[in-house]
This record gives sequence, structure tokens and C-alpha cells, in this order.
Amino acid sequence: MIPAPFEYERVEFVDHALQLLTDDPEAKILAGGHSLLPLMRLRLARPSMLVDITRIAELSYVREEGETIAIGALTRHHDLANSELLQQACPIVAYAASGIGDPQVRHVGTIGGSCAHADPASDLPTVLVALGAELVTRGPDGTSRTVPADAFFRGLFEPDLLHNEILTEIRVPKTGSRGWSYLKFHRRAIDWALVGVAAVATRQGAAIALTNMADRPIRAAGVEEALAGGADPATAAERAAEGTSPPSDAFASAEYRQELVKVIARRAIEEAMSR
Amino acid sequence: MATTETYVGSTVLRKEDPELLTGQASYVDNQTMPGMLWMAVVRPPYVHARITGIDTSAAKAMPGVVGVFTAEDLDLGALPFVWPITEDIKVPVHYPLAKDKIRFHGDAVAVVVAETRGLARDAAEAVHAQVEELPAVTDPEAAMVDGAPILHEDLGTNVTVHWSHGGAGDQSVFESAPVIVEERYTQPRLIPNAIEPRGCLAYGVPAMGEYTLISATQIPHIVRATLGGVVGIAESKLRIVAPDVGGGFGSKLNVYAEEALALATAKATGRPVKWIEDRHENYVATIHGRGVIHDCTLAGTEDGQILGLKFIEIADLGAYYQLLTPGIPELGGWVYMGPYDPQTYWYEFTGVLTNATPTDAYRGAGRPEATYVVERLVDAYARRIGMDPAEVRRKNLVPRFTEARTAISGLNVDSGDYHATFDKALEMVGYEDLRREQAERRERGDVKQLGIGLCTYIEMCGLAPSNILGALRYAAGGWDACTVQCLPGGEVVLKIGTSPHGQGHATTWAQIAADALGVTPDDVRVLHGDTAVSPLGMDTYGSRSVSVGATALHLALEKIKEKARTLASHELEVAEDDLEFANGTYSVKGAPDRARTIADLAASAWHAHAIPDGFEPNLEATAVFDPPNFTWPGGAHICVSEVDTETGAAEILRYVAVDDCGTVINPMIVEGQLHGGIAQGIAEALYEEAIYDDHGNLITSSMTQYLIPSATEIPSFELDRTETPSTTNPLGVKGIGEAGTIAAPPAVVNSIVDALAHLGVTDVGKPATPERVWEAIRRAEGGAA
Amino acid sequence: MHVAVTVNGALREADVEPRTLLVYFLRETLGLTGTNVGCDTSSCGTCTVLMDGESVKSCTLLAAQADGREVTTIEGMATDGTMHPLQDAFHRNHGLQCGYCTPGMILAAASFLKENPTPTEAEVREALEGNLCRCTGYQNIVTSILDAAGQVSAASA
Repeated sequence: MIPAPFEYERVEFVDHALQLLTDDPEAKILAGGHSLLPLMRLRLARPSMLVDITRIAELSYVREEGETIAIGALTRHHDLANSELLQQACPIVAYAASGIGDPQVRHVGTIGGSCAHADPASDLPTVLVALGAELVTRGPDGTSRTVPADAFFRGLFEPDLLHNEILTEIRVPKTGSRGWSYLKFHRRAIDWALVGVAAVATRQGAAIALTNMADRPIRAAGVEEALAGGADPATAAERAAEGTSPPSDAFASAEYRQELVKVIARRAIEEAMSR
Repeated sequence: MATTETYVGSTVLRKEDPELLTGQASYVDNQTMPGMLWMAVVRPPYVHARITGIDTSAAKAMPGVVGVFTAEDLDLGALPFVWPITEDIKVPVHYPLAKDKIRFHGDAVAVVVAETRGLARDAAEAVHAQVEELPAVTDPEAAMVDGAPILHEDLGTNVTVHWSHGGAGDQSVFESAPVIVEERYTQPRLIPNAIEPRGCLAYGVPAMGEYTLISATQIPHIVRATLGGVVGIAESKLRIVAPDVGGGFGSKLNVYAEEALALATAKATGRPVKWIEDRHENYVATIHGRGVIHDCTLAGTEDGQILGLKFIEIADLGAYYQLLTPGIPELGGWVYMGPYDPQTYWYEFTGVLTNATPTDAYRGAGRPEATYVVERLVDAYARRIGMDPAEVRRKNLVPRFTEARTAISGLNVDSGDYHATFDKALEMVGYEDLRREQAERRERGDVKQLGIGLCTYIEMCGLAPSNILGALRYAAGGWDACTVQCLPGGEVVLKIGTSPHGQGHATTWAQIAADALGVTPDDVRVLHGDTAVSPLGMDTYGSRSVSVGATALHLALEKIKEKARTLASHELEVAEDDLEFANGTYSVKGAPDRARTIADLAASAWHAHAIPDGFEPNLEATAVFDPPNFTWPGGAHICVSEVDTETGAAEILRYVAVDDCGTVINPMIVEGQLHGGIAQGIAEALYEEAIYDDHGNLITSSMTQYLIPSATEIPSFELDRTETPSTTNPLGVKGIGEAGTIAAPPAVVNSIVDALAHLGVTDVGKPATPERVWEAIRRAEGGAA
Repeated sequence: MHVAVTVNGALREADVEPRTLLVYFLRETLGLTGTNVGCDTSSCGTCTVLMDGESVKSCTLLAAQADGREVTTIEGMATDGTMHPLQDAFHRNHGLQCGYCTPGMILAAASFLKENPTPTEAEVREALEGNLCRCTGYQNIVTSILDAAGQVSAASA
């Protein structure tokens, strides 16, 4: 199927992209395009213009900045998965990226695209929320904002991002190789998670975040509280459904997801504790 | 060129492969013509609505649009339906473009032809149907109720057909037997999903009224016989070509609206017209399979003897009949005894129209539906009487027979050795060890429980003797044909009436011809899929091609050999009886140096300089074979699964299949057919399901929601076979295209129920999704508490 | 708009509509019909080609996105009439039936084997998670890829 007609501009600098977006409120950013182009082919999305930012070389990197790993927003899933730096300093990001979609999708899809799409069934946003990551945006006239992950994902397909703002960097803390897990439960390897759980040991204790259990990735505060209070993983995980509002759809009912999340949370915590 | 090798029975690598491996295949979308237009179909977003107007003006005004047509603009007849299974069946009229009402998402109200693919799509979006929306019904049971929305007012009801069959033996066992097992099983609609969507390219010579349709179809001959009348083209002036076709599985065993519309718009515009289906369209406009509910009864003894089997089925037919629609459940109606020998048998089904895509033949067509419920029911019976399900099967399998025997359903089964396949499968899987491991896991209360799922099955293939098809009110015959031409240079051309789309006929047929004529498969060229090249044929479906089509080849080869013998006798100046034939060579008995090869004789017959009086030049023969009976493959499949009792997720650990499809011509191809069939059966058991919402919208409307498993989800299979030759044809072949899809769904679902049986679980539904399995566990636990 | 793509080693240029998908650029503009299309949601992998040596789904990329890049299609796999080892292995192991998914399978496998030249059966199966086949049940596809990698005995051992 063929998308409806649109204009196309490829940009090499962020400011050029911002200018085009400012000029045309119906324009959209093309990052990896693996969420956007299928919608356009089905004619469920019809942007007037695509601003192709994939050649902005300055936005693809993984680098160490003190206690933080800075990831350029246009870094592809494939490059995250194979980044030695991430594998050592923040392996949960590399691991979660290695399980997104399929190899072809990982060769094109980017972390910035995933975050800006803000699909609550997506893996990386959950991992970023668990890690307490920060997302850096750039807007017109050189403005820049740094937003904590749990504030950035505001709702279903609703990132904290203005139309003429671009996500430029994702900053994650170094966790070292121990104390992490990301488990997702899905029907087929390429499917979105029915339920996913990220568990990360932090200085403050354990951080647990959930995929597809609300209109955005959320922290499992009840589980974290129980763990902080010394509960064992099984007992703590019993609270994994607290405060969740998962969807009921063709894949699973909300009720099932709320039971499933307890099992997956327990297994994720156990796995995190074992490594 | 002459060889002593025997090709039949050996793995010969496929002749079809080189073009497919190098990107040189002839799939319809790879073909283009000068001046070609693109067709797009307008399918308004309604499930059930009365059409009050269609506004095409905006679309017509768009640059690049050559024509926009509604039903009023094209004078088209109704699409063919060829299987009115009962005298009183009600048949809805099905036009290529809807006239009065939209009755399902795939219903088209207009077509656009334009200069490019994109423009056609743009213009289709600009056509607007004015409608009065009507309440819709997609649940067949709801559609049967008084007051349900009626799809076809002229029929007055959605319940259009009832067919029953059986009654032999003592039916009172269904009340009086010591054990009565009653179960209800639901099998949802499936979407066939050939990876190549449908498509066609129509062109012609308008001045001559001659048209060609290149179509991704399994049935070029049947399309030609039925489509001319729809579009007003004489049958003699209509040529249908099936090029390389990217899979069918029954979805291309049909005559579709778009084929008529491409021809009609090519006629109307005088230009070639191509239509290629989008996957989204494929999900709503190409037939679905299954969609049945069975109420099942097994009557048996306490010690495991099955006395009677009874099935009452509701079949969701969809909004219209496609080519065969109500014939599919009927086809299953003959195999509900399975490989067993009950004293009595009853089967009936009620066909119901719904606001959904028409159902029709999907891989196995009626027989998977039947086998699933029989095999689930036998397991339920085993649990009821506390007997091992393998023991129950052993006790009831028909003993080995090599001459045809009459089954309780009334048909003659050609041959079978069900114990042999079953025993072999049990041995391969290590049944006793698995039962021990299962007991240990149960004892320990493991989170992951082990299940062993059995399925012993038969299927009826080689559809079918023409007289039986006639008695079943099917409009066509069941014969097939082959023409053998021995070229003067020594090569052989076969023009065959079957129309393969992945099954490897070019290789298999070449193997048979090579053995018969003493050449190699490389010397044999197989032509198919073009009504101008091989005008005689009944195409490819129902695992019929080898048992009917290759038998026609065999008979034609016999004719060739006879004719060659006459010529050899003439040239060698000896009586025909003094000749012997081996490796493609006639030689004089006792004087082997005096010989003529088939190639020699083909050359002599071609130049015809010195042929006997009355001998027709050319070494060529055509044979048509009408099978005297069906063929009946059978076998045993065993699935070993691990079920996570906390999440409901099932994983297949091993899959063992021992099948008997009679004589095997190419083991590599037979195994490939089984692999694919089993994978589709596993998909049916665990993943695939067409789901509609309460308003009749298909929720699983793309490949992201309709879950086709990949290599990651599908296990490796362990295969073996026995060979019990068919008595229906001289080759002894039976057919293997559907066996895997028939046997796998019950084997897989039985394995999951078996894993959880100790918890009190008796059913998990199909597909056995993690949520359904989890729910079944919870229900069982609740029931026990 | 103007695009210039190096396809199977040769620079190919054309003016196309911005909405032209890479797969239709290959099939219709360049006449390279070996790359097939199976869905509209980047699910089936039938349209897989290599871009700068890595597998991508050409139905979910614009031709414009391939501008200046190198693309390899099934037509570019054989050299001088000799089939690529993967093509040969698919033939010898009956790794195809209708053939429609085959170009995508072969290109996906080529990309994968570059990253992992000596895979296990499980790794091959995972690598094919984005490519659907309806005919083969995958078994002979997996065997073909292991064979091409010289790993058949390793897998069966």
C-alpha cells in the first residue's frame, strides 16, 4: 500500500529540522520510520512533510560522561545492543534494545524514535524510567530542556515534546554489570510486550518499572516499597499490579495482565538479584 | 541421456528453484505491460449498510484517473458458486460489486483504474458511498436467532443450509452406552495468509473479444470455466494463466470479484489492468477458513471401546458463498470416525450467514475441523475412564488392511496401517519415559508441567471420483489430465492439468517421466498453469495433484511406450512380442545390440519418413484419469509441550510425526510438505485467530495483530513414515499436502490439556493462548476449591 | 525528487515521488522484481534487502532514505552466474517451496551470517524472527542457513 502524497526534506543539522517543523505544523520527523511509515501506508497518518533527520551525524553516539552514559537520540537499536560501553556500564539498555522487533527493525529503529513515539508497550521507555534516565530536547532558538524519563512519558503516544522540538540525547546512569533484569512476556518474538518488567538495583534501592501496564511506562511503587522494607521477591511482586491500568485488547485482558505482571515482576527481581 | 537410475522414491533437487532463488520468478506483480493501468477497489468502512448512493465525481476528476466504475457501470453477472450441497439450500446472490447493500468489510462498491499504483489508491479514497448503516452480526449463533439482522432479505433467514449424514448402526448407544462424553469445541476463523497476496493482470485484443487473465490462482482451469459468464467473454476467448504463485493454502482456490473486475475494466478501457491486493485487503476480501462450533458426543464402554461418534456443527459461512463455501463442512463430514471403527456415526451441520468474510477451503478444508474434535473427544474419553490415551487409541484403531474397506461414514477407504504409524511414533518419542517424567513433575509440583498430546488421523484426499462429486452436487469433475510430448531431440515435455504453487510438480512429474522413458529429470520440461498450453485440467487443491494428475501422467507414459513399441517393432523388423523394454530402450530379445531408444523413436516419429501405415506422426499422448476412489493417508503425530502454570505459556519441546501417504515419489518434497503443514497446524493451535469486535470490525486486521509464528516460535520436527500403497491408483500414491495441518492442532492442544489434566483442566480453547490456558488453570483451581 | 542509489554495485539514479517506497523504487523504477512485497506493516520480511550491508525492510523505507547508500537485492547475490552459497544451500536443502519469501530470507540470512558466521540452530531461528514463511515450516530454511555457514554437522551433533 502506498502512503498519501507528502513533501520530503532531508536535514543535516538539528536547527534546519526545527525550522521546517516550525514552518509546517503538519510536518513530522522521520527518525527510523518503523512506527510512522506503516501508519502512513495504511493512511492512518498523513503528514504534509517528512523531515528526515536520520543523517544528522551528530546525534548518533554512545559515550561516557562521568557517571553517566550519554546516548545520541539517533543511535539505532542495533548499535545500542552491540555497544561495549553499554554492555559494561549499563547492560539493561543494550539487552532491551537487542530484543526490540527483529534484526531488520533494529538496523533502522532508533532510541529517540522509540521515546518520541511514547508507546506504552515499548521496551526502552520502561528501562529508562527504571534507570531514572534523563531525556534532552532541543527547541527553536537554541533552547534545550532536560526532562526525567518518568515525566517525559506523559501518556499514550504523548511525549513531553513540542511539535518543533527534537529529542537529542538520552542520559542513563552507569549501573555496572550487576543487579538488573528486563523481562517481557509476549506471544511471538517480534511482538510488543503483553507485560514487561525492568528491575534495576540503584543506590536508593530497587527500581521496578512496567511496560504496557498503563498509558505510559510506570514505576511499580508498591513493589519498590515492599523490597525496601525487606520483603522477599515473591511477596514484593504481589504488589506489582497496584496502581496499574493496563489495556484490554485482542492480545490479553487487563485482568490477565494484572496477574501476569506479578509473576514477571517476581522473576525479574529474582533474575536481577542473581546477577 | 539414458540412465539406469530410478528417480521415483529418491530425493531429486527441485527443478523449480533456480528462478525462485535468483529473483527471476514470474509472480503476477512482476509482470507489466505497455499502457498498463492500476486498479484499486473501493471498500467502504461499513460492515452492514444499505447503499443509497455512490459519489464518484471527485475521483473521476483526479488527474491520472482513467475510469471509476460502480455496479451500474459494469454489466456483470454473479460470481460462481459451484457446490449447492442440498436441494433446498438457499443461495445468496454475490455480485463482484455490491448493488444494494454492503454485507461485510470486503464488499466492494466501485473500482478505480488509474495510471499509477499510488493514483489508483488516492482516487479510491475519494469515492464516497452514502449509506444507511444496519446492525451487524458476526457471531454465527447470534445470527441464527430470531430478530437477528438479516443479511439477504430475499432469503428471509441467515440459516441457509442444513446437511446431515450417518445413521448406520445402532444410534441408541448415544443414550444407553455405559460412558457418554459430551463436549463443545470452538474453532475460530483463520486467515490463510499466503505470503504472496492475491493479484491479477488482465489484457486483451478488444477487436477480437479475446482476453487473458494472469492471476495468482491455484485453479486456472476452473477460473476459465466459470469467469467468462460473469464478465461476458466467451470461454473459448478467455485464457487464464497462473504464473509462479506464492502459496495458496486454499485461499487461491477461488474465483474472486477482483478477477472479474480486472477483466471488466480491461474490456471497458481497452488497456491492460493490474490489481495487486494489499495485505489489509487480503484480511477482509480473501476467504477465511474454519469458523465452526461442534457439539460432540462419544458413546463408549468403561474399558475403552468407542461405540458411537456424533457431531452437530454450526458453520459460519460469512456474508456470501464463495466458490465452495458450504461444501467445506460437508467434506469433513465423511471423516468424523477418524481411524477408528465405531458401530455408529452421526454428523450434521447448519450453515449460517454472518457479516464477515466468506469462509471456504483453507488447508485441509473440513478435515482439520473434523480431526480436531474427534481427537480432542477421544482424549476426553480417555480421561473420563482413567485410561491412557495411547491405550484407548490402540484399542480402537482399525487393524491393517491392504484392500479397500467401507468405513462407517459410508466411503471406501483404500488401505491403511494405523497401528504401524502409531507404534512407530510412540517409540520415537519415548512415550513411557515421557509419562514417567510427567509423573515426576506432577509429584514435585513444578511450575512447568509436561504434556504429551496424541493425534491419530486419517484424511481423504485425491478429490475425487467424478461420479461421487456429482452425487454430492459439486458442479465439476474430479479427473485430471496430462499430455506427454517426446521432442525429436530427445527431450520430453509434459503439459499437466494441475497448477502447483510451491508443491514441486515440475520435479515430481519429471521423476516419474524420467523413470518411464529412460531419461533424466533434467531432460523433462513440465508446463502448467496456462489454459492455452494445457487446456485439460482440474488444478491443485485437496492433496489431489499426485494421486490424480500424476496418475494421468503415468497413463500417458504407458500410451507413449505402446506407441514407441509399435514404431520400434517396425524399424527393427521384429514382432512387438519379441521386444523387451528397459531404461527407455526397446531391444530385440536375445539381440540387445538391435535397439531403439525412446529418443530415437521420437525422432523417427517426428520426421515420419518411414513409419507404419496408419501410425500418427509424433510421439505424443494425452491421458485423463478419473480416480475410482479417494485416497486415504493416515498417521500419528505426537506433541510434547511444557506449560508454564503461572503464565499459561506453552512451549513445544518436541514434535514427532509418522505419516503414511502411500508410495513416496520424492521424500524431500514429502517432508517439506509435512513441515509446512505441521507449522500451520501449530500456528492454528497456539497463535492464529481472526477476531471481530461487537460491531463486526475485524480487530486482527494486519500481520501485527494476526499472529503468524516465525522460525523462532516453531520447533524442529522429527519425521518418519510408513508406506502402505493406495489401491486407488497404479502409482500407489495418496497425497501429503494437508496431513500436517490436519494432525497438528489436536496433537498440540491435547498436549497442553494433558499437561494440566492433573489440575482438573479439560479444555484450554483454540488457539491455546497463554491467557486461555491461564484462565483454564484458574477455573480448574476454583472448581476444585 | 532525485535519488541516487548504488544497487548491486551499480549507481542507479531516478526522479521519484517522495512517497516512493524503496521496494517500489527497486521493483518498478529499476525493474528489479526479485524483491517481493508481502504486507503493509513491516511484519513479514519478504521485502528484506541489504542497505550498507545490513538487512532492512524495503517496504518501510523511502527510496529517499536510500539516497547515497548501497543496496543489495537478491539479483545481486549470484556472481558471474554462480549462485551465492546461501542460494545454493537453499536449493540443496529444499529451503523453499513457493519461493515468495525466499529472497527476503536469503538477504536476512546474509546480514546475520556477517554478524555471526558460526551460529547455532537457535541463533538462526532467532535471527529469522522478522521473516515469515507459510510453506516450509522453517525447518529446511534453518538447515539451509546452517549449511551455508558450514554448521550443519555442528547443529545435528
